Amino acid sequence: MRKLLTGNEAVAQGAYEAGVTFAAAYPGTPSTEILENIAEFKKDIIAEWAPNEKVALESAIGASIAGARSLAAMKMVGVNVAADPLFSFAYTGVNGGMLLITADDPGLHSSQNEQDNRYYAKFAKIPMIEPSDSQESKDMIKVAMEISEKFDTPVLMRMTTRVCHSKSIVEIGERQEVGKKPYVKNLAKYDLMPAISRKLRAQLNGRLKELEQYSNETSLNYFEWNESKIGIITSGIAYQHTKEVFDDTVSYLKLGFTYPLPLMKIREFATKMETLYIVEELEPYLEEQIKQAGIACIGKEKIPNMYELNPDIIAKSLIGTERQRVQYDSASIASRPPVLCAGCPHRGFFYELSKIRNVMVSGDIGCYALGGSAPLSAKDSAICMGGAPSIAHGAQKIFNKFNENMRVVATIGDSTFFHTGINSIMDIAYNNSNTITCILDNRITGMTGHQDHPGTGFTLQGMPTKALDIAAVVKAVGIDHVRVINPLILSTVKSALEWALSLDEPSVIITRWPCVLKKQSQIDKDEFGNYMSTCEVKEEKCIGCKLCIWTGCPALRFDKGARKAKIDPVQCVACQVCVQVCPQKAISRVGE
Amino acid sequence: MDVKNILLVGVGGQGTILASKILSDGLITAGYDVKMSEVHGMAQRGGSVSTQVRYGKKVYSPIIGKGQADILVAFETMEALRWLEYINPKGTAIVNDYQIPFALILMGQIDYPDGILELIQQKVKTTVLKAAEIAVQLGNAKTMNIVLFGALVKAMSLENIDWEQAIRNHVKAKTVDINLEAFHAGLTGDRFLVPKINATT
Repeated sequence: MRKLLTGNEAVAQGAYEAGVTFAAAYPGTPSTEILENIAEFKKDIIAEWAPNEKVALESAIGASIAGARSLAAMKMVGVNVAADPLFSFAYTGVNGGMLLITADDPGLHSSQNEQDNRYYAKFAKIPMIEPSDSQESKDMIKVAMEISEKFDTPVLMRMTTRVCHSKSIVEIGERQEVGKKPYVKNLAKYDLMPAISRKLRAQLNGRLKELEQYSNETSLNYFEWNESKIGIITSGIAYQHTKEVFDDTVSYLKLGFTYPLPLMKIREFATKMETLYIVEELEPYLEEQIKQAGIACIGKEKIPNMYELNPDIIAKSLIGTERQRVQYDSASIASRPPVLCAGCPHRGFFYELSKIRNVMVSGDIGCYALGGSAPLSAKDSAICMGGAPSIAHGAQKIFNKFNENMRVVATIGDSTFFHTGINSIMDIAYNNSNTITCILDNRITGMTGHQDHPGTGFTLQGMPTKALDIAAVVKAVGIDHVRVINPLILSTVKSALEWALSLDEPSVIITRWPCVLKKQSQIDKDEFGNYMSTCEVKEEKCIGCKLCIWTGCPALRFDKGARKAKIDPVQCVACQVCVQVCPQKAISRVGE
Repeated sequence: MDVKNILLVGVGGQGTILASKILSDGLITAGYDVKMSEVHGMAQRGGSVSTQVRYGKKVYSPIIGKGQADILVAFETMEALRWLEYINPKGTAIVNDYQIPFALILMGQIDYPDGILELIQQKVKTTVLKAAEIAVQLGNAKTMNIVLFGALVKAMSLENIDWEQAIRNHVKAKTVDINLEAFHAGLTGDRFLVPKINATT
């Protein structure tokens, strides 16, 4: 059977077919759908959301040690979080096959940096595979499991946004039952005491030599012989783009297994080609190693080392051709940034926060990052996931030490709080700064498209479970001043912020209201009710002051001619933030 | 056959991804090799979004280049202008005459550009539709994407494919009928077309 699948869906199918029985992840674009799709195989695979990527990898390591085939999936910055267990698990090796999937984001579609995670394979000394389409994404899972078990090592699979999120045709197969390997206690393998690690360190070098030989032999690295004038070495999505440009007019060495590199194969290819190009997205990962081996090639002199690659860039860089296109003045087109949705529970909070002076707002990674955009503009920084409170803490300590009249407010989400925010808040309590942390609890992981987390009461595979109480956790890590509020009531938000600003000790404000797009559980409905209706502007009362517009709600329109505000009934859900902002009481719920 | 390139653009939440899923589904059953690329995540929240569908005997890259789209379907007027350089000068634009302003425009800091439809009509073969009005007339504003999809099928001469089945596969059972109506309105919708605007500038 053939199906059109994204790379992420194909990975899930591949995990099923390869006999994987445990998979864990923390959501992050472009990796999220891998676990969402694996979760569908309820009978055969245990699939879990972990609180963060480190925990996801660790639980997959545990499953491997116990004897099962396992995998962990994450976006590229998540691997930074998981790097600690990764580098050490490379020493012990596996019992059941173990795969770590990194989903990189060239072009920064949805990420805070553009790191090239291929270097992690070299750094951690583990083999790496790189699929270039959905069929390969599926097939390579099985190969990865075999490599992992044969060479006793975790394997890194590096995907990119265009592999994860592009659909192509996949041949669907059957599950291969591999069962579970027996678990045998083995301290010399799994207990990384220094004396043991020293021995394993030497084994690691030997394993890499064997893997290099495998790299030269595997059919994952293959030639496509055509003319010998130009030869191209390429991997991942760059292979597809290169084929698009040159088709069968040049020869290829297509690399699917990219650490260790198949240097013998590369040398053989290079000697037969007049000119050798390396076409790779982002960093000169292949090029550096090929040049270091003394093989002449052309790479980043021509191909850019940043942003997403595409066929046009390759054509222009290597053969200087460009397609004809329509000429027009594009100066009038402003960029259209993402915004908080109509009815987003964060809007009311950010509206009030934006009115306070002498505050620095330390933001985090999630929908609430959009509270930093105009017109709300309530953000000074956002660096990494879970970092808002600790970054706020360091800043507050310095403002206080230098007697500057500046308070620092951290904004962080519920899923992000569980990710690593807990540790950051612990730091505030332990080292005692009067930092104000606002946990914007919309009862779900929002930005990545609604994944459950330890606070929602449900697991990835839909089982009811313990719902962690954020307020109780915050108190338990040492914060005495905690308020839980409804962010849709502006006066409540205002007074909570004033209360926190009046304190000389750490405080936490939890705004508790579900994401407007969330499919509400019965528990949600019982707690929050069904407030779905719409608001309307009474035209005769509207004076065109635009105060409602300054909430940044995308359901609001402004008729320039009539100088009246309007509400789009398709988008409006009657959160009533604009109702509270209007000085003329011109906005009300329909029928009120 | 050569690879054909269809670019669907709009604003997050307008249903470009659903339309492209139906499109890809139908193309596969017709036996084509298909690649489809979309961007998820942040841009979904009211930002500018694009979905690319390429089909033919064999497709390599999932990405459509500048000047390469045989057809550009713009679900929002200004987005048509943003993506105009992706259209093949001999290609076709289907533009929804439907504006979604955003914060900077509403706050009066910038203006929604004037004369977009005229400009596009001067540059390439263009069909302008009021898909939002058609969808509202049909009784469900959210079927705007399927109206545009119908117009796309007509423009690409793909009427022979079983689109009704493809639509059934992708929309909720209770909205099948209205989506099929929307599809036919777009497919045969000359009566809904906006007359060509006489450009005076």
